[in-house]
Amino acid sequence: MSTDVTDKIPASAPPGKSGSASGAGLLQLMLDGLRRNMRQYGMLIALGLIVVLFTVWTNGDLLLPRNVSNLVLQNSYILILAIGMMLVIIAGHIDLSVGSLTAFVGAFAAVLTVQHGVSWPIALVLCLLIGAAAGSVQGFLIAYLGIPSFIVTLAGMLLFRGLTEILLKGQTLGPFPDGLQKMGNGFLPEVGPNTNYHNLTLLLGLALIVAVVWQEVRDRSRQQEFALEVLPTRLFLLKLVALVAAILSLTMLLASYKGAPIVLIILGALVVGYGYVMRNAVFGRHIYAIGGNLPAAKLSGVKDKKVTFYVFLNMGVLAALAGLVVAARLNAASPKAGVNFELEAIASSFIGGASMSGGVGTVLGAIIGGLVLGVLNNGMNLLSVGTDWQQVIKGLALLVAVGFDVWNKRKSGS
Amino acid sequence: MAGPVLEMRSIVKTFPGVKALSDVTLTVRQGEVHAICGENGAGKSTLMKVLSGVHPHGTYEGDILFEGEVCRFKDIRASEQHGIVIIHQELALSPYLSLAENIFLGNEHAKSGFIDWRETLRHATELLRRVGLEDHPETRVADIGVGKQQLVEIAKALSKKVKLLILDEPTAALNDEDSDKLLNLILELKKQGITSIIISHKLNEIRKVADSVTIIRDGHSIETLDVKSPETTEDRIISGMVGRDLDHRFPERTSYDGEADAAPALEIRNWTVHHPIDQERKVVDDVSINVRRGEIVGIAGLMGAGRTELAMSVFGRTYGRYAGGSVLKDGTEIRTKSVAEAVDHGIAYVTEDRKHYGLNLIDTINRNISLTALKKVAKRGIVDEHGERQVSEGFRKSMNIKAPTVFERVGKLSGGNQQKVVLSKWIFAGPDVLILDEPTRGIDVGAKYEIYTVIDQLAAEGKAVVFISSELPELLGMCDRIYTMAAGRLTGEVPRAEATQEVLMRQMTKDKEVTR
Repeated sequence: MSTDVTDKIPASAPPGKSGSASGAGLLQLMLDGLRRNMRQYGMLIALGLIVVLFTVWTNGDLLLPRNVSNLVLQNSYILILAIGMMLVIIAGHIDLSVGSLTAFVGAFAAVLTVQHGVSWPIALVLCLLIGAAAGSVQGFLIAYLGIPSFIVTLAGMLLFRGLTEILLKGQTLGPFPDGLQKMGNGFLPEVGPNTNYHNLTLLLGLALIVAVVWQEVRDRSRQQEFALEVLPTRLFLLKLVALVAAILSLTMLLASYKGAPIVLIILGALVVGYGYVMRNAVFGRHIYAIGGNLPAAKLSGVKDKKVTFYVFLNMGVLAALAGLVVAARLNAASPKAGVNFELEAIASSFIGGASMSGGVGTVLGAIIGGLVLGVLNNGMNLLSVGTDWQQVIKGLALLVAVGFDVWNKRKSGS
Repeated sequence: MAGPVLEMRSIVKTFPGVKALSDVTLTVRQGEVHAICGENGAGKSTLMKVLSGVHPHGTYEGDILFEGEVCRFKDIRASEQHGIVIIHQELALSPYLSLAENIFLGNEHAKSGFIDWRETLRHATELLRRVGLEDHPETRVADIGVGKQQLVEIAKALSKKVKLLILDEPTAALNDEDSDKLLNLILELKKQGITSIIISHKLNEIRKVADSVTIIRDGHSIETLDVKSPETTEDRIISGMVGRDLDHRFPERTSYDGEADAAPALEIRNWTVHHPIDQERKVVDDVSINVRRGEIVGIAGLMGAGRTELAMSVFGRTYGRYAGGSVLKDGTEIRTKSVAEAVDHGIAYVTEDRKHYGLNLIDTINRNISLTALKKVAKRGIVDEHGERQVSEGFRKSMNIKAPTVFERVGKLSGGNQQKVVLSKWIFAGPDVLILDEPTRGIDVGAKYEIYTVIDQLAAEGKAVVFISSELPELLGMCDRIYTMAAGRLTGEVPRAEATQEVLMRQMTKDKEVTR
């Protein structure tokens, strides 16, 4: 009982003093870093492997500019949902209603714009509001009345699906006004001279690289200023190079086709915004706190009910956004839209490192998990694997990912 | 006098790092009611777990002889087959099954895998009658009170043809009436030839039912007394329970010169709280206490005295049902209906159960420390991570939290270091009043000393400290004044100069009848 566990941890090479690191030393450092951050990097490496495998199997078709662009468009709405779902799961809940809610919001948008000729910006705002309303009703029932989220959102799943069919009278409704269509299919407009590449996308990519490098360097120098431990210089440089290379190659791929899809910009803003909130905002911290240990959070003065309520409200808004993107992409609202979306979003979160009992997970993890599923989907389509086997393989991927996580946790003795 | 039915010889039980039982010998005679008493943590429950096979043979040293045979129980089932049945403090009934189903759970009347309901009901009715229950055997357990549930547990034990019944603090959760019923039942069973061991620290209860009492202290059996003998007074038992020399080390207390004229930092007046489920029961009954700035005030009491319940109900009504009383801070009445309100008024409660109520074990030291007062390191809702890190690094150094960095997961730390994290978290919140509930429970001597030093320092800085503890030496070593509680009521207030273990223990073992 009183044996001090922490004393037994071997003094793993104090970071900050890389010393005379030869090539082999650098490799050693990398492996060390990897081992210590298995949870964070495990899925990223898995994603990399999947990309490499499918690139080989498809003779490079996977990474053709046109296909990368497609990949983004195809998966954007699941990724948007996965961000919200990650928050819900971290808080220790689940939301089964988001698939139906996306369909419902799509139908609502169609009724507004197609049947009543409401202009698209107003329709957009109204759709987000109705998503917020749906989320807050469910959030109220879960947070303040204490009905389990599984039940409330299972009811929501049936209810919104039904309402969708009522709104659409079983028909498919379209097409949408141009402005709305752009949300699902559009690309950034082109500026400047013809360069064979999409200029604005290139500029944005470069700006992103500058921002990322600046952020990383500033972070590191501030940590050093406070005499806190930092990554060894060599490893830090390696990380920077990898980051820059990744952003640059994605930028080049997109810029050599039609440029960055508008939905990618939306998604990027969401990832940055939510990542920041979950890491740095009091609200985000409180979500982790109630999911990690609810009684302890309550006794620390965290307003657990309010936090839960807002988590579900937020999920409603993101589901509405996803609903608009899906409808815009298909250019029609269909009563069968969004089927199984909730399951894909949930699977993405768990592949991305969330825990059934709550308190664990990151926004970036949800995105990586979503991309693992997305690349599998896309790659198997390119290889003409039937949907039957696709489902089998995706099921196995979920099992393997979570199984690995459980195994890894047990091995590290927690 | 009948011969011994049970002998436990030189039992030693060690948990990693802690010796729970050092040398315990227990002899129970056929057909008697044998009481075991001792302070919290003396090793009573561990001893009974050894006897009933919860800690299987091989995990302890020493011999157990039951009815003259050496026993090597590998689990509870094995001990039950010999007729030894233990009823734990926390009842082990399944709330949504019927009384009959519970009585025969794991031991069903069945024919080739299917329940024989006729026999089940017949037998259940018979057993329920034997323990004095008239309820229908198909009633759900959830629909009867705690007192009756305790009786159902005994019926369950009877169904297993019990010869030796072990009751671990059976009346701790019961009101007076139910307690009486239970004690009478134990006497009734004695007439039927069933031997009982009852763990209790209510001395009037022991006098009522027990024939002899064995006192356990710090993992040693001290002595066995004949309760019926006139020499066995309550004082005699008490001196056995506490007779430990004060060789624990405490830091030199910064002297406290009571400014009697200033209003107390925290005053609780006529505080009454009902049990959250059993509305009849007063868990805290008309308690008034106060603490001044710079003062350390102890609250002593045994299990079920209502200390934690008092603290938690004052701290944002996090326990039970409020039934009256007021809280004053620096002389003015304040509302403490929610944790946030209590914290805003400068009150902190450091829980006795750090794993369940104190920490998010899967999160880092850093984030656990900052949680209560995130606002202090945040601007407009955004946490300044660097500032936060500096704060927690500061605590890691000043509190000597043994961890390589503040990004270590709290779940990986030892008990003492976890306790330091909980304390840091509440010190960071910057309260005027700290209520510390068993702040040194389950941690080693070295860490205890460090925590005492921190507590002394807090008082020296002018904070008011309420120190709840089951360890009397610790209260005597640290407190300027000590309140005692028993069965939800305040039973005494002793200034430092007059406090001895005997005085305190006498007041802690007072029960309602005695105080009147």
